[in-house]
Amino acid sequence: MSRQTVEFSIKAADRLNEELNAFLQIDREGAVKRAEEIEKNGNQGVLAGVPVAVKDNICVRGMQTSCGSRILGDYHPPYNATVIERLVNAGAVIIGKTNCDEFAMGSSNENSAFGPVRNPWDTTRVPGGSSGGSATAVAAGIVPVALGSDTGGSVRQPASLCGVLGLKPTYGRNSRYGLVAFASSLDQVGVFAREVNDLAAVLGVIAGRDPHDSTTADVAVPDYTAALKNDLKGDLKGARIGFPAALFGKGLDEEVGTKVKAVVDVYRELGAKIVEVDLPNAGYAIAVYYIIATAEASSNLARFDGVRYGFRAEETPELRQMYRKTREEGFGAEVKRRIMLGTYVLSAGYYDAYYRKAQQVRTLIKNDFLNAFKNCDAIITPTSPTPAFALGEKVDDPLAMYLNDIYTVTANLAGIPGLSVPCGLSSTRLPIGFQLLGPYWSEPTLLKLAHGYLQDHPFTERPPVYA
Amino acid sequence: MPINESDIAKVAQLAHLELGEAELKTFVPQITEIVNYVEQLNELDTANVEPAIGGLTPEGAKTDSSRADEIFGSLGQKEALAEAPDPASGHFRVPKVL
Repeated sequence: MSRQTVEFSIKAADRLNEELNAFLQIDREGAVKRAEEIEKNGNQGVLAGVPVAVKDNICVRGMQTSCGSRILGDYHPPYNATVIERLVNAGAVIIGKTNCDEFAMGSSNENSAFGPVRNPWDTTRVPGGSSGGSATAVAAGIVPVALGSDTGGSVRQPASLCGVLGLKPTYGRNSRYGLVAFASSLDQVGVFAREVNDLAAVLGVIAGRDPHDSTTADVAVPDYTAALKNDLKGDLKGARIGFPAALFGKGLDEEVGTKVKAVVDVYRELGAKIVEVDLPNAGYAIAVYYIIATAEASSNLARFDGVRYGFRAEETPELRQMYRKTREEGFGAEVKRRIMLGTYVLSAGYYDAYYRKAQQVRTLIKNDFLNAFKNCDAIITPTSPTPAFALGEKVDDPLAMYLNDIYTVTANLAGIPGLSVPCGLSSTRLPIGFQLLGPYWSEPTLLKLAHGYLQDHPFTERPPVYA
Repeated sequence: MPINESDIAKVAQLAHLELGEAELKTFVPQITEIVNYVEQLNELDTANVEPAIGGLTPEGAKTDSSRADEIFGSLGQKEALAEAPDPASGHFRVPKVL
């Protein structure tokens, strides 16, 4: 059975790749071999034989890890990320590496050195980013689940634009060992799925303390599928859902606002109590994010210098010339922009004015959430201010592109988990998603709330491009 | 704070990036716009606010991440050099420093 499933996924990935460009590498032989082994050995793992796609900034031994960049290109890591070890031990079969914005920097998957990914709901539009390939692979029915990474919304926003579920867990829930670092205090490996149960199963496999990543927390991993087993229609009584009215104003597409408010009505009907909450500093989150994330990125990307791996520029007889030319030729424009911004805000004379200030406002944003969660179990917001926009529409306006993240960056800054759930289509048949934000370690609550909603309002639509 | 080409050129030098003329001209207004945007943080009074250092939750901060000082296996020279652009006699060979 697993061989058939895996072969189906591989064929679909192949057939749809010219149209979608979701995959940078498809492991045709390795995946089938692995599936056969699993069938023969009767692997009892939770994910035995399940085909999975993995974002190309997560290290899989023996497969490329390009991070969507020319500077790594054909790099083959000599080790597996911890989340990959855990997936493989549970019997999952990795069928390929997915396309992404370069070094996870972007909200449209247009920053990849290997071409943009196209949204299966409308191939003239972006799938979102930076994990556009993984979102697309799940939305187009190629694989049931995929891994991505989320630093400012890079799992949740493409999930919303592609009509699938996307989870960023609590900071420290999943190991970042083997996830190529973008911003170390914000990054988390995240999960895409079409079904809540599948998402819960994958999270349960990859989550947990890892001695290789000192920022993972010593917090027990619950059985995330347990709470989902029964019909939940009665079980949302008493759930308190926070509604931050101030975030539903300017800048939000009208249809998105209407659809997400309709979700609030559904929760009310299902017995939840809707509570007004205020997040007074949320408006500053993008400014804080683009100081902290770029500062951390400027440090993390210093390692790409042509010395030990990846691309090295030619005709550079002197060492520092080699560094400069390698990085100039190897990095794309957005990556360079962010490295420079990060270098600027950390430089002498500017550190206090920008970086330290941003860290202080980060505390304010974190406290806003801690306060709000005294009165509710989860907060509901839109995930993205608009449905999928057109390819090329925002590439020349970096700041406009950054504003796609207004609802998602807060979760990374505060370290709290966030889950995007599909709630319908726009009048032009583009997916719209809502986001649930919860206190630290509240993934079971978020999954339960998502499951409860989807039992009442299943999202059964399929994109025109489908496996 | 107005940002000009020489500011960007200096930052590029710090970041080991060799920008071309056309790139410099494109980046200056873009980076200026972004820096102007983040200036809005000065609207907030943060006099008594602790800067958030890193992203740890309280549980993460309590987690003991030390280990016993014991030697265990590591990558090994062959694997470590496997992806090197110019390996030579067990070293990563690089251009000389002038």
